[in-house]
Order: sequence, then structure tokens, then C-alpha cells
Amino acid sequence: MSVFLLQRLGQALVAIFGVMTLVFFIQRLTGDPTYLLVPETATQADIEAMRRSLGLDQPLVVQYVTYLWDMLRLDFGTSYVQNVAVSDIIASRLPYTLQLAGGALFVAFVIGLPVGLAMAIWRKHRATNLLMGIVLGAQSMPTFWSGILMIMVFGVWLRWLPPSGSGSFSHLIMPSIALGLLSMATYARIARSSILDEMSKDYVRSARARGVTTGRLVGKHLIRNSLIPVISISALEISQLLAGAVIVETVFAWPGLGQLTVQSVQARDFVVVQGIVLLGAFVTISVNLLADILYSVVDPRIRKGGGA
Amino acid sequence: MSALTTTWRRLFWPQASGGVPVGVFVAILAALVIIAIFAPLIAPYNPDSQNLMGRLKPPGTEARGTYYLLGSDELGRDLLSRVIYGARVSLSVAFLSVVLSGAVGITLGMLAGYRGGWVEMVVMRLVDIFLSIPAILLAIIMVSVLGPGFANVVLVLALTRWPRYARVAYGQTLAVSNQPYVRLAKAMGAGPLRVLFLHILPNILAPLAVVATLEFGLMVLFEAGLSFLGLGVQPPTASWGAMLSVGRNYVSTAWWIATFPGLCLFLLVLSVNLIGDRLSAYLNPKSR
Repeated sequence: MSVFLLQRLGQALVAIFGVMTLVFFIQRLTGDPTYLLVPETATQADIEAMRRSLGLDQPLVVQYVTYLWDMLRLDFGTSYVQNVAVSDIIASRLPYTLQLAGGALFVAFVIGLPVGLAMAIWRKHRATNLLMGIVLGAQSMPTFWSGILMIMVFGVWLRWLPPSGSGSFSHLIMPSIALGLLSMATYARIARSSILDEMSKDYVRSARARGVTTGRLVGKHLIRNSLIPVISISALEISQLLAGAVIVETVFAWPGLGQLTVQSVQARDFVVVQGIVLLGAFVTISVNLLADILYSVVDPRIRKGGGA
Repeated sequence: MSALTTTWRRLFWPQASGGVPVGVFVAILAALVIIAIFAPLIAPYNPDSQNLMGRLKPPGTEARGTYYLLGSDELGRDLLSRVIYGARVSLSVAFLSVVLSGAVGITLGMLAGYRGGWVEMVVMRLVDIFLSIPAILLAIIMVSVLGPGFANVVLVLALTRWPRYARVAYGQTLAVSNQPYVRLAKAMGAGPLRVLFLHILPNILAPLAVVATLEFGLMVLFEAGLSFLGLGVQPPTASWGAMLSVGRNYVSTAWWIATFPGLCLFLLVLSVNLIGDRLSAYLNPKSR
């Protein structure tokens, strides 16, 4: 393992530790977090008992150390509303969010990359302007609006797809498209600009001079060489998808982590919210790390770079 | 005169944003701002006055002396008036949070770049930490602690988004702080505040303006998203996000409730994003 990767691993660990600390202090923004943890119907005696059982009568430093220790043992606490371990609650919802994110990523890739490629190759064509307009539009589309519009058209009017809920493949289609639309636009734009970048390079010109056809040029050279920006943006997109899931799952009543977040906030089940936020941060940090490792494999120059 | 015209042309009448000149989007944004400012003069009715006899009326109908141009919502409130007042919430939350997070982020970023050492270490690590939590989750956890409402939403968005500006301001400050004009100012005895705000800031403002524009669009979406989830501005205040959430429940019986606020939201975000794109292409022509 090179110095660069060790450095990145160290940074990731610092970030994870920092996120845990940040979440701990956010909880204490209002002073006593007991009120966040108890249900609204709790009596004063309940609150006192809760405060003791949580160790909140201890000094702040002791609380902080206990909290860090719990997190390191992957003990995210117990939901006081459902009386179930937070990790169990999250585990039961996670598969749904993974399905949704997978579907969205598929939509984004399968539509976004070819569209970006087309926009780069036929740069001067009229239709490209229109395509660019559609991509820009998709990027500004609030997911909750596009979701609702789809429900109206395909769920209520045409009755092609179930308007909400889960259980079959057809339930997955609309939420995936709603969630994938934004990433699709990002992929299309990144693919376009990175292919345009490659096309202006010398080797492309000499390949053309040798008489290499456009199709072969794209297939053999351009796609592979313009993949690096696409990989690095994928890391960003995955955490975007997690965040987007909060809205999309609410729109489509999809029982994943996003819906769980909203339900937990409404039920004042703060331990669960905290668990989801930590998980989201952890995924974001690891995916970024993974992307760095991946493109140091794709492009050996980065490995030597060190600081970058 | 001709230089000015060329600048104007390049900024507002460029080859294309999907074939539509950017001037159109500037006009849409300006119209929405005017509507927000003069909402009480423009809105035909009080956005909060309920009319239970006129619930869920489709667009263009009349009930008990009220003419619903865009229809009415589940409490018989005039949708057009609520959409108009909703512009106020969207634009003011976005504007205030951009100003607040920009001020905090730019100051910290410049300090980190200029001072270096432990200031740089602390600020930039904090930036990394904040950016590694998905922004909407960070906003949700903070709102769930602080409670919803207008002021808290602005505060939370500012606290969530400052690292974006800090990162750009930091990089830019590093790039210019060795320039002759900065060294000269220091040699002439200018204090750090004077150097930062009078000499460095004006020279790094352009890329920050692009970030701020794109962030503005994002803040509009965040506010709408939080309100959609019931964590934003609270009822009865009209907010596009909250109206969409009501519309979601009446999707099979009253399509207009979600459609019109969503359309306004889309147009606002689209205009801001295209203006931001245009600005960024204008400021660094290489990226075109």
C-alpha cells in the first residue's frame, strides 16, 4: 500500500471521528438531550429515570467518551419509541434503500452516459441543443415534483404503474427514475465535457489522420480515457442518492431508510435519526475513499502524486 | 460602449442553454422577485383565508364570491394567492441562508488560506467533516434538535452549507496571497483584516459569486424539501414545499395543488442554475 493511500485512509478515519463528535455536539445544542429522546407523553419521573439510565447526570466529558465507545462497538443504542435496537431497525429498512439506489444508479448510467457521449460527438448538431436543454431541465427538477407528476400521469391517469408502495418490480420503476433523474443529468454533463476534453488531445487527431473511424475511436480510446471523472463523480452521486432517498421515499411511500428518517423525526425518535446520519456519513466517507483507491488503480500517475 | 455591448451579449445572449437565451431566465427570476416583494398587492385574496364551502375547486371555478384562477386547496384557500406568497418564503429563506453561510464560509476560508498553521488545520478539517455528512441529513438532524420554523431553517441551512464557500475561498486565497499586490499591501503595514477584505476578497469574488448562485438554487430546493417533510416553515404560512406535500395526498382528486407550486419551484431553480452556469462559463472561458 502506498503512502498516498495510507494518507487517505488516515484522513477518512479523522473524518469519521469528526462526524461522531459533530453529531454528539449537535444533540447538545439545546442543552439537555433527554427531551429529544423521551416520547411526548413522558412524565417528569420518566424523564428523571431516562436521564439517569442514559448517564446524562454524568459530566460531559464522561458522556462523550461513553458515546464514542458505544459507537466504536457499533452499538447505536435502542429506540425508545419502538424499544428495538437501532441497528436492527436500520437493517430492516436498508435493503429497500439499496434497491432504490441501485435502480436510480442504473437509470442514471444507462441514460446519462450515452446522452453525454451523443452531446459530445454531435456537438454542432441542432438536436444537441435540445438535448442539453432537457439535461439542464432534469438537473433543476425538484425530485418531489417530478415524483408527483409521474404518479399523476402513470399511476392515476394511465394506470400503468402502481402509484406508491412496494412489493414488486413495477413499484420500483417510478421511484428509481425520480431519484435517478438528477444523477442522470450530472453523468450526461460530466461525460460530455470529459469526452470533449479527450477529443481535443493529440492522440485523437493522429488516430483520425490514420483513418480510424469515429465508432472505433469512441469504443477503443475515448470511453476508457474519459472514465476517471465519471468514477470520481460516482462517489459524490452515491451520497447524493442517499440524501435524495429521503424525499423520494416519502413521495412514493417506499419503506426504506429515507422514510424511516422522516418517521423517526416526526415520532421524535432521535436515536434512530442519529444512527441514520452516522451511517450516511460513514457511507459517504468510505465511498470517497474507494473512489480514490479506484482511480489510483485506473491512473497510476495519481499514486505517485502524494499530496493530491 | 461597444465593449459594454459585447460583454452584455456574451453574458445574456450566448450560443445556447438548450437554445433559449439566458435573458429569458433572468427575466423569470426578476419576475419572481417582484412577485415576492409585492405579494400583498398582486395576490387576489388573503392566502390564509379559508372557505370550507370552496374546498378542492378546480382551476377557473367560482365558489361563494371567490374566483379560483388556479383552483383551491383542501381548506378552500385560493391557490394562486398561496403560490404568490410562497415565492416570499422560498426567495427569502434562500437569500438569507446564502448571505449567512457565504459570510461565515468566506471569512473562515480566507483566514485559513491566509494564516495557515493551526487555523488552516482546524478550519479545513471541519470543512471535510461537514461535507462528509449528506447535506439534507445534516439539515434534518439539526432541525429535529432545534425545531422547525423560518429562523431555524435559515440558521440550519447556513450551518450546513458554509463549508462549500470556505473550500473555494481557501483555495483562491492561497492562489493570490503571494501576488505582488498582497505582499506590497503587507509591506506598507496593512493589518490582516485590511489585507483580507480590501485586497484579497475583491480579487477572489468572481468564483465565489458562481458558488453563491448555484447554492441559491440548492437552498430553494432545500427549503422546499424541508417544508415538504414538515420540517420547514410551519403552516399556515404558504410554502411551495408544504403545498406540494398536501398535493401529494390529493394527487388523484386535485392535480392542481401540486402542479402549480411545483412549476414555480422548477422555473425558479432552473433560472438560477442556468444563470449560474452562464456566469461560470463567462468567468472561465476555458471550461466551455
